[in-house]
Amino acid sequence: MADVPVTAGDGVRRRDFLNVAAVSFAGVGAVAAISPLLVQMAPPADVLALSTSEVDISKIQRGQGIKTVWRKQPVFVRNLTDKEIAEANAVPLSELRDPQTLQQRTLPGHTNWLITLAVCTHLGCVPLGIAEGESRGDYGGYFCPCHGSQYDTAARIRQGPAPKNLFVPPYKFTSPTTVEIG
Amino acid sequence: MSFSWAKPYQPKHPFMRWLDERLPLPRVAYGAVGGGYPVPRNLNYWWNFGVLAGIFLTIQIVTGITLAMWYYATGDGAFNSVEHIMRDVDAGWLLRYAHANGASFFFVVTYIHIFRGLYYGSYKPPRELVWMLGLVIYLLMMATAFMGYVLPWGQMSYWGAQVITGFFSAFPLVGEPIRIWLLGGYAPDQAALTRFFSLHYLLPFVIAAVVILHIWALHIPGSGNPTGVDVKDEKDTIPFHPFYTAKDGWFAAAFVLLYAIVVYFAPNWLQHPDNYIPANPLATPAHIVPEWYFWPFYAILRAFTTDFVLPAKLWGVLAMFTSILLLFFLPWLDKSPVRSGSYRPVFKRFFWLLVVDVLVLGWAGGQPATPLPVAIGQIAAAYYFAHFLIILPLVSKYETPLPLPRSITASVLHGEEQESAPAGVKSGKKSTVAG
Repeated sequence: MADVPVTAGDGVRRRDFLNVAAVSFAGVGAVAAISPLLVQMAPPADVLALSTSEVDISKIQRGQGIKTVWRKQPVFVRNLTDKEIAEANAVPLSELRDPQTLQQRTLPGHTNWLITLAVCTHLGCVPLGIAEGESRGDYGGYFCPCHGSQYDTAARIRQGPAPKNLFVPPYKFTSPTTVEIG
Repeated sequence: MSFSWAKPYQPKHPFMRWLDERLPLPRVAYGAVGGGYPVPRNLNYWWNFGVLAGIFLTIQIVTGITLAMWYYATGDGAFNSVEHIMRDVDAGWLLRYAHANGASFFFVVTYIHIFRGLYYGSYKPPRELVWMLGLVIYLLMMATAFMGYVLPWGQMSYWGAQVITGFFSAFPLVGEPIRIWLLGGYAPDQAALTRFFSLHYLLPFVIAAVVILHIWALHIPGSGNPTGVDVKDEKDTIPFHPFYTAKDGWFAAAFVLLYAIVVYFAPNWLQHPDNYIPANPLATPAHIVPEWYFWPFYAILRAFTTDFVLPAKLWGVLAMFTSILLLFFLPWLDKSPVRSGSYRPVFKRFFWLLVVDVLVLGWAGGQPATPLPVAIGQIAAAYYFAHFLIILPLVSKYETPLPLPRSITASVLHGEEQESAPAGVKSGKKSTVAG
């Protein structure tokens, strides 16, 4: 300690440096120790492994739809009628809250297959309208009973509190009658 | 609260002053583990293990809460949910190994802490309640550890539950109904698993509460010290912070490093392979033993092999419970007014014999129930009781202790030779500080 004055001119002593260094190092260790407690809450490997779902669509007639599941979330798979497609295409984009065409929301050659998450973009309820007899709202698509959001035949938001269209998940046709979501 | 020279809390920041006037929590912390708690200046490293036990309790609670986020307490799901934690949950393997080995380390530091107390007479007046509350913590730890070991629902879990609850069936008449009531069935099953999980989650918080009482009772007379001599004046003490926070901090870092080495490089060193086999109520593993920290008691349990007035089974269970309950009476079994074993030459030898005896008991308890280990366990068990019931009372009556130092300060500043010299007698070297 002879070479370092016990009290330096600027008031910072060697011991102050040692204290700060030791406590900082312990702090880094504490943060490192906390990280496993936080990362464990992320989706585990088995949940991530469930990230694709195969759907058989051979039984769905024009004008019908089914509810299926992808990543534990409900999904609407709907076979649109020509009338519904025409209605969707007739809407000018300027009228839409979240402007998207039906073409952008379906795959080329499969524009009659409308596949969206059945999760209202407002607060996550499942909208009505996929099953026979359920209310489809004023726009012929889906109607969310929780807070009254209304979607059109391309599942685009038209009225009510939801900010976005129903989400279109990534999917592809693995055969003419099979869709793989995810 | 302990000594007149303890510094009162003086908040510097206006916010702390505001808080202190409304909720004096910082004042409590300052008086308990801050600059306001004067501690004898001569504590050696054996005094670090209480803080370490607190650290391992914290590790167990924190890792346990995260494991409970993934664990299913169902007969069908428990084993698989643990494997799911090990394989699929991010860092799940680390949390489970940290928890399983954390229990072992919690017991290691607690056993050292208990033997520290036995050697330095920490159970003697005025700290009897500190000792007894510590034993309550120890009993709660054993219950918690046992129930936690059942939760993975492997073979050792299942048969551990079967054997431990079987203790109760040793008692005549009421025993078997009590066992069935504890299990909620005739054998360990869903009901037992769910209630064990519930209690395993509850008891650590009960332990934390008793730890607060333990520390509270300790801080009335203040910490003991290796000489066993009472604190006489301010020169005998130093503030807990920064002196002992720094010492505890460095020692905790070193000890947790040991723990990390086991968790990362030998996580199954203290585990039984059989517990990676799902519970099977129709087949008992060939060699069923509890976790290592129960081995001494397991040896005492097995030490009774023939009926004598009472059935051997009942003797075993009674002896096992008595071996711990006995410790509650220690303040009255050892009546020597000298606390520290360092000044009790005869006691000191018997203390080390007891350490060896408990290690032998532990060895015997971990062996298969063959004649030799059981015979050795019987001798060791007999000695265990003899130590507390015969040797200690006699030693404390007939032993001539060494002269005690005049004060803690004198013992620290005079060197070893002077330390054991009677008051007022100089042993060659001249003292530099007057006592």
